[in-house]
Amino acid sequence: MIETKTLTCVACPKGCEVTVEYEGDEIIEIKGNACPQGQSYAEEEIVAPTRILPTTIKVKNGALALCPVKTTKQIPLENMFEAMEIIGNKVIEAPISMGDVLIENILDTGADIVATRDMPAEIK
Amino acid sequence: MRKVKKDLVVIGGGPAGLAAAKTAYDDGIKDVMILERDFELGGILPQCIHNGFGLHHFKEELTGPEYAQRFINDVEERDIEVKLDTMVLDVTKERKVYAMNKKEGFLEIEAKAVVLAMGCRERTSGAIGIPGTRPAGVLTAGTAQRYTNIEGFVPGKEVVILGSGDIGLIMARRMKLEGADVKAVCELLPYTGGLTRNVVQCLEDYDIPLMLNHTVTAIKGEGRLEAVEISEVDENLKPIPETAKTIKADTLLLSVGLIPENELSKKADVVLDERTGGPIVNEGRETNIEGIFACGNVLHVHDLVDWVTEESQIAGKHAAKYIKDNYEKTGSCAELKAGENVSYVIPQKIELEAGDRKRIPLYMRVSTPLTAVDINLYADGEKLYSFSEPFAKPGEMISVPLAQKTLDDLGNVDEIKVDIIEKEGN
Repeated sequence: MIETKTLTCVACPKGCEVTVEYEGDEIIEIKGNACPQGQSYAEEEIVAPTRILPTTIKVKNGALALCPVKTTKQIPLENMFEAMEIIGNKVIEAPISMGDVLIENILDTGADIVATRDMPAEIK
Repeated sequence: MRKVKKDLVVIGGGPAGLAAAKTAYDDGIKDVMILERDFELGGILPQCIHNGFGLHHFKEELTGPEYAQRFINDVEERDIEVKLDTMVLDVTKERKVYAMNKKEGFLEIEAKAVVLAMGCRERTSGAIGIPGTRPAGVLTAGTAQRYTNIEGFVPGKEVVILGSGDIGLIMARRMKLEGADVKAVCELLPYTGGLTRNVVQCLEDYDIPLMLNHTVTAIKGEGRLEAVEISEVDENLKPIPETAKTIKADTLLLSVGLIPENELSKKADVVLDERTGGPIVNEGRETNIEGIFACGNVLHVHDLVDWVTEESQIAGKHAAKYIKDNYEKTGSCAELKAGENVSYVIPQKIELEAGDRKRIPLYMRVSTPLTAVDINLYADGEKLYSFSEPFAKPGEMISVPLAQKTLDDLGNVDEIKVDIIEKEGN
């Protein structure tokens, strides 16, 4: 059965309304996107949506109790809670620099968990 | 009291202050001081751990802390003096800044130019007056964001969010990911106040219901919040009593608007615009007080930090020009007017000599959601030009370029008006 879905592209803040015609996993037509990013976004959205996961990780001896982190690339939406649990169980020792890899290849997604800021050691 | 002299004093070390200081420094003003009341630079960005920042400015997607870190690194690489844990108490129209901190005590800083970059704060429960008791568990979305992302405490387990501003949407996802049951986001208006991408990524991704035309009509609980009553509203935004229902919740987050923080501006006799809540400025972001500039959320609330950066670069550049004394006003002044469906336009006036700029970006918001629009510019009633956009939403600021050449060709104009109209037959 051919289905139609209207999506809001989240590749950038413009938020194009993209209409996709598809049958199962097969894309028939994509309309309404202002750029090629909208095309690939809509394809992925139908087949398997993925997102960047931004969260925090516990820090030992840091200036703050937490350090913000993210996945280096988008991971499947369905893996989010599992990834949160792995990150939530980990404690990292300060100092940390922005870009430091804190967890490698989370859930075999090919994405690493990296620090998104410098976290100096606790100021005593 | 310690007295010092500085070329440029920037009040606030968030994205606006950092970009203004960096730009002024790079334009030749080496004697720059940033005053920041927090223990670190970055403003609100360190707690905005989500991605979506930087797509315009850096052409890549960053998180809030990463966006801040780049500007913090830029400032640290330059010889810019930064005073942390420093509270500014007063600013005069003669550009004397009074501040204090634990190490130095009370300070008087005499500045050639001042950039106001104090940002904004959230509207609180007191500002919207919800009936019921006053238990713990009712807090602004930004406070909850700070607890969750910086301090390390998730403030509740069963959450209702009132208001669909971006921080509310972001916190809906954040608390869901941290294991809370996020029951609903209620929005009084028939449309969301946040970016569309946040509705998709924060609510739809996690099946969190967005209840438009709904508001919280009662807060219930002794000591700790136990439940909230929500009701549908009619077309006059009045709650319909028979639609009231109770939702069990231990936490109510408020995302009901941001207010530019202009207490200091008022002390310096800076005139504010009642529509934006921020100063009235010219295209260099100079206020009515000579040598006092404003940029970022203290000027008007932005939805994207990228625009804060662009605006703060303009302010920093013009502050540098002013200090170098090659800053001339044309003597005539064109007023910018918000026409049909436009809630405000920044800057409010154009009064500077052209110099080296090519275009003046005009920032504006629509007052209601529109589809298939023409954005029209008029000079003294005559149409200058127009262009089309597929849609315009109150939650998403629009930047419209006004070419310098267009201005030059016009000569003296008293009024430039912008209106945003849906195309006929739409």
